[in-house]
Amino acid sequence: MSRKIMEKQSQLISEKDNIRTEQIKGHFFLGFSIAATFFGILSLAALLVYVFWDAAGWVNWHFLTSSPSRFASKAGIYPMLIGSSFVIMLVAVFSLPLGVSAAVYLEEYSPNNFFKKFIETNIANLAGVPSIVYGLLGLGFFVSFLDMSHGTILVGAFTLTLRILPVVIVSSQEAIRSVPDSQRRASFGLGTTKWQMIRSVVLPEAMPGIMTGTILSLASAMGETAPLIMIGAATSIFTAPKGILSSFSALPLQIFAWSDFPGEDFQHGVTPAAIVVLLLILIIMNSGAIFIRHRFSRK
Amino acid sequence: MDLQKHPFGSLKESGMKTVFLSSAAISIITTIGIVLVLLVETVSFFREVPLSDFFLGLNWSPTIKPTFFGVWPLISGTLYFTFITALIALPVGLLAAIFLSEYSGKRLRSVIKPALEILAGIPTVVYGYFALVYITPLLRMIIPGIKTFNVLSASIVVAIMIIPTVASISEDAIRAVPQSLRQAGLGLGVTKFQVTVTIVLPASLSGIMSSFILGISRAIGETMAVTIAAGNMSRLVNPFKPGEALLHPIQTMTAAMVEIGMSDVTGDSPAYRSLFAVGFTLFLMTLTLNVVSQMIKSRYREKYQ
Repeated sequence: MSRKIMEKQSQLISEKDNIRTEQIKGHFFLGFSIAATFFGILSLAALLVYVFWDAAGWVNWHFLTSSPSRFASKAGIYPMLIGSSFVIMLVAVFSLPLGVSAAVYLEEYSPNNFFKKFIETNIANLAGVPSIVYGLLGLGFFVSFLDMSHGTILVGAFTLTLRILPVVIVSSQEAIRSVPDSQRRASFGLGTTKWQMIRSVVLPEAMPGIMTGTILSLASAMGETAPLIMIGAATSIFTAPKGILSSFSALPLQIFAWSDFPGEDFQHGVTPAAIVVLLLILIIMNSGAIFIRHRFSRK
Repeated sequence: MDLQKHPFGSLKESGMKTVFLSSAAISIITTIGIVLVLLVETVSFFREVPLSDFFLGLNWSPTIKPTFFGVWPLISGTLYFTFITALIALPVGLLAAIFLSEYSGKRLRSVIKPALEILAGIPTVVYGYFALVYITPLLRMIIPGIKTFNVLSASIVVAIMIIPTVASISEDAIRAVPQSLRQAGLGLGVTKFQVTVTIVLPASLSGIMSSFILGISRAIGETMAVTIAAGNMSRLVNPFKPGEALLHPIQTMTAAMVEIGMSDVTGDSPAYRSLFAVGFTLFLMTLTLNVVSQMIKSRYREKYQ
């Protein structure tokens, strides 16, 4: 009798132990998960602290308004700032109308058929093509086939437009889809045609969402480097481009050129300064996008 | 009616539709353009360089004579770099996804998710600089033999960059697991950890796999960070000598393309056309992975909706 009780007791104890080990495993697992979640965020935060620390004192008016130089104290990023701004403005001019009209077609006109699914799958696949391959497209099509001179702002803008177009289309589609159907019916009820309805109801309603998505895509285009190298953009240039047919360099290209420059002043001064300027531009663009989303978001 | 009052109204209507349709068609034209450009130049590359030299050759030296166009050093470099990156990014991304969907509160998640997205928003050229100038010297304190250009530091930064991709797609998949399955597990008296590992993860496996494959595809196509941090030395990587492989420079397919792009090769040389042959190889690899990832993803969508 007592042996049975003892057996039962030890069984209970081992079960309790089991539960205990499972709980401990659970705690460890949670610990790992928390560590994993913060690994990337904290690493990046540390790296950003480093780079801002290194850049301190180097980002100044002279740096923003001078040409690059092999002397750290004289180096600046003016031609690249102008080149980047030029290209991104052109990309905006090209990608916004193209992206929005493609999205309007897919959401408002296209019947829900095989063709629509085909285009959407195609867009999803294009979004996953490595950016350097878009550079090859730019090089092979615009430069070699159409015989445009390589490394110009126009070719750069074309290439980056094709690169970001899939994302602009998808985010515009989402914005257009979020316009309630009741508004479309109300417009039809007033006797408007389809295009009038799209122009005066759908697009104004969807515009904040479209702008948010487009600005975020433009920010990603701002940081693109590999496609611009492929189309023959200079990694460093001493004069600012004068028009869309000038050759140019962009801020990320200059960062690439400076990244393995020897010398403490470049590694921990000039290059971080250029990175900080690029990051500040990206922060401004992203904040703009977030601001538009919050300011105009439908309650 | 409106249309009758304006006889050109319907013309305008169909005109606008055509404009929209042609914009949508640009995406298809882009795809055709990519394939055509890559194909045409690749075919003329193989007219000059035999297929066997490219696919079987163990030397890559496209610009300095005598030239070699063996792609294996580049493929082995790419695969090895991708493997190490995946080794870091996939578990970390998955654990982050589990934390966000199973453990964190709503408030915390609304802070962490945008913070994770920032990781993917930093330009890759900046990550390359971080790896070369900050991470490699840091690693040298622990591993004194590490070279200035090495796989490890490039893999670390690229892993950081693709964590959000893996985490957000995995999280969506994990969230799609019906709550009732979790409750059934908890009702049987098992711990939350057991529910997560034995019920939630198997149920969301296809979505997690899809996120893994997409993450791997991103790593394969990654260019600037590997070019800057992992160096430009094409060599056949021996994965069985991890110490040597991990701490030394390599050259990936993308880095080799940048190297050719930066050199002064003209539009009429085998080196120029090799750019497209390598690009085509890269394109096919990432496209296959992306398509597989989408197929798996659409499968799990069907399961729970």
